[in-house]
Amino acid sequence: MKPGFIGGAEAPPSAAASPLLEMKGVTKTFGGIAALSDVDFSILEGEVHGLVGENGAGKSTMMKIIAGVHSGFEGEMIVRGRPVHFRSARDALAAGIGMVHQELSIVPDLTVAENVFLGSQPLMAGGIVDWRRMNRQAREQIASLGIDIDPTARMGALPVGLQQLVELSRVLFSGASLIILDEPTSALSPPEVERLFGVLRRLRAEGRSLVFISHFLDDVLEISDRVTVFRNGRKVVTAPAGDLNKDDVISYMIGRGSADMHMGEHADLKGDDSHPVVLAVEHVGDGKGLRDVSLAVRKGEITGVYGYMGCGQIELSRALFGKQKLKTGRILIEGRPVRLRSTASARAKGIAYVPENRRMMLFRTEPVYKNVSIAILGRIGRIFLKPHRERAITEGHALDLQIRPPKTDIALGNLSGGNQQKVALAKWLTHLPKVLILVEPTRGMDVGAKEDVIRIVRTLRDRGVAILVLSTEPETILTLADRVTVLKKGVVAREFATGRIEKADLLAEA
Amino acid sequence: MTDTIETSTGSGIRRFLADQMRNIAPVFTLLALVVFFSTQSPVFFTVDNLLNILANASITGIIAVGLTFVILTAEIDLSVAAIANAIGITMAFFTAQPDYVNIATIPLPGFIAIILTLLAAFGLGSISAFGVTVIGIPSFIMTLAMMQIANGISALLVRGQIAYNFPDFITMLGAGTFYGLRWSIIVCVLFLLAAHLVLTYTRFGRYVYMVGGNREAAEYSGVNVRLIIASVMIISAVCSGIAGMLGVAYFGSAQQNGFDDFLLTAIAAVVVGGTSLFGGRGGIGNTIIGLLVLGVLNNGLDLINIDSFLKILIRGLILLAALVINVYAQKLRESTA
Repeated sequence: MKPGFIGGAEAPPSAAASPLLEMKGVTKTFGGIAALSDVDFSILEGEVHGLVGENGAGKSTMMKIIAGVHSGFEGEMIVRGRPVHFRSARDALAAGIGMVHQELSIVPDLTVAENVFLGSQPLMAGGIVDWRRMNRQAREQIASLGIDIDPTARMGALPVGLQQLVELSRVLFSGASLIILDEPTSALSPPEVERLFGVLRRLRAEGRSLVFISHFLDDVLEISDRVTVFRNGRKVVTAPAGDLNKDDVISYMIGRGSADMHMGEHADLKGDDSHPVVLAVEHVGDGKGLRDVSLAVRKGEITGVYGYMGCGQIELSRALFGKQKLKTGRILIEGRPVRLRSTASARAKGIAYVPENRRMMLFRTEPVYKNVSIAILGRIGRIFLKPHRERAITEGHALDLQIRPPKTDIALGNLSGGNQQKVALAKWLTHLPKVLILVEPTRGMDVGAKEDVIRIVRTLRDRGVAILVLSTEPETILTLADRVTVLKKGVVAREFATGRIEKADLLAEA
Repeated sequence: MTDTIETSTGSGIRRFLADQMRNIAPVFTLLALVVFFSTQSPVFFTVDNLLNILANASITGIIAVGLTFVILTAEIDLSVAAIANAIGITMAFFTAQPDYVNIATIPLPGFIAIILTLLAAFGLGSISAFGVTVIGIPSFIMTLAMMQIANGISALLVRGQIAYNFPDFITMLGAGTFYGLRWSIIVCVLFLLAAHLVLTYTRFGRYVYMVGGNREAAEYSGVNVRLIIASVMIISAVCSGIAGMLGVAYFGSAQQNGFDDFLLTAIAAVVVGGTSLFGGRGGIGNTIIGLLVLGVLNNGLDLINIDSFLKILIRGLILLAALVINVYAQKLRESTA
């Protein structure tokens, strides 16, 4: 990449579209570290603007400035030709800018209509909630997105994809003409993604502007009119999506030619039945999402489990770590049936687990070394802590795994997402477990960290750990797995042990 | 190249203050109170009076030790004072009483009485632990029920009477002195010291902090969270029981409602000291400061001859101020971490 290219290559705005929002020379520093340096950025009326970049590249900082979450920054912000300064998300919304966060802010125990009108229910005389009007208007609002949802259904009972659309409709009808969507497709199945895109196209046709932040480059390229790539706090390029392909975007993002550009499109499976079975699952079910699943995880192999959200993967993984009770079936470790009553008993039987959500297994405010050592304290000393060994072991892992910055006494929350995931893995590396269960090991991670995690997992496999990887991303499964089990609605749909499989094979079976 | 730290805000000093606010504020409160009462009363800053403060704080201190464990795991124990009273009375029940005390007793040799009484404390703690960890009753409600149960035990055993006799060893620890220093102060200091060592230098202590810091994460790291919670509930009950045994000897009598003030004082000591109600932050050092703040406050208010009804209100206001700081410190920390 030529240095002169950075910040250039601005696509000429088409004659019809004018900038809805312009950011000029935006710089934002946190504690002396520049998260954004002198960035110019604009969003046109009626466009879908894709925003990509590795974690820490500055895209979320930019969006938080636009949505009024960060109020202090250098530079100019102009909405419809007028300079503005937002002090809060409320200010931004008043100016027509709304954001749908990756973690939805819904109330699962209220109805869909109550969620749509949260805090602003239509009232009758005397302050009584006008339920009929509320339900009718909620249905109309949601229907205007081209979807039909019963407004009296409990929000928590809806699939994530629909919850997201309900939230989108809420932001929309609070008057937003520019909506920022943060990783909207990460929890969605392909049909749900298609439905979301349908809604987004419809909104664009109405003249609204959308910012689409995502790690899923295919999704970004499919839905966006223009794409902006951030790297290291700077804008690398803004270009029409039609002029870019996935390889271009990746090389802009990471600033180097990637050998793994086609990573995860297909895989040559190497399942070998001569490897001994370490963990066997026989006809397990929990009476709900998980109905009847059997599979075997072998020593020195990575078994991938693929399926859409809600196919029973999460339940299966929880049951294997003693976190969820099974109604039917049994679990065997090295041929012996085991009962996993608690996570501690699963751990004692040699099972290690990394859940899909890093927050679930890491202590944000604790130093890195305590996060790593928590799983091995019992091995370091039965009763007393041995701080020197604890620190030495952790520092060794930090070095091996290239955790950056390589300090083990800073609070974990100061690390980037990818580095946090490495810490989560480091927990289990001191004394190798028999079975390692990884749920969505690379979700939401930047390309560099992803490659690091993949390398670590493969090293573990080669050292004889039986690894089970569960994911809703076919790329993750195809990149890692030696054999693949596809789940569909709580049962095994198909198993692949050897030969070449394509992404399409997985999508077709699930 | 992906090391950009997006979440950190503010300068190093601000982060340090945010981190340490829960430790700094209580120490300043204590210093301010000591200075204030020293200027208001000539008696306050004398060795006799300071020892008096320590003696008065010692029984609460033993209860607060157990409570510190519980609050560090983000649970609560409302039964501490009721258990202390029930256990004090149970010990009287195993000791021969004077003829004029008209209650049923089973007199036993002193050491057997002490062991049985300790087992009773352990038993009550185990019931709370079972309710919270196995059945899944929130500790707030479970220990509220235990409070009532312990009060019921007290009522049944003393039936409105007052018991005066306790095993000699206990009478010595509760009311006796050692080279002029009250034994209860020594016992309390030993408990504080032991608890500090356990919390700081043992695996169990680390688990207590980690369970309080993020229970789910502790569970996903293979920590037996239920065992840790059960243990702290039992530790709390046993500490309360021992405080009750020493307490009745300290008062010289065991009766219904003998420990009524101690629930609030013990919780206040832990919270005023800066241990987070959300778990995972604080420790014995904080509890010591909290005990001293409340001890100085009670003693000082007596010395400056303030309306005793106003005293109750002032204690409430101090507790409220501590709660505000506690919650604010937590928010500050979360926003800068």
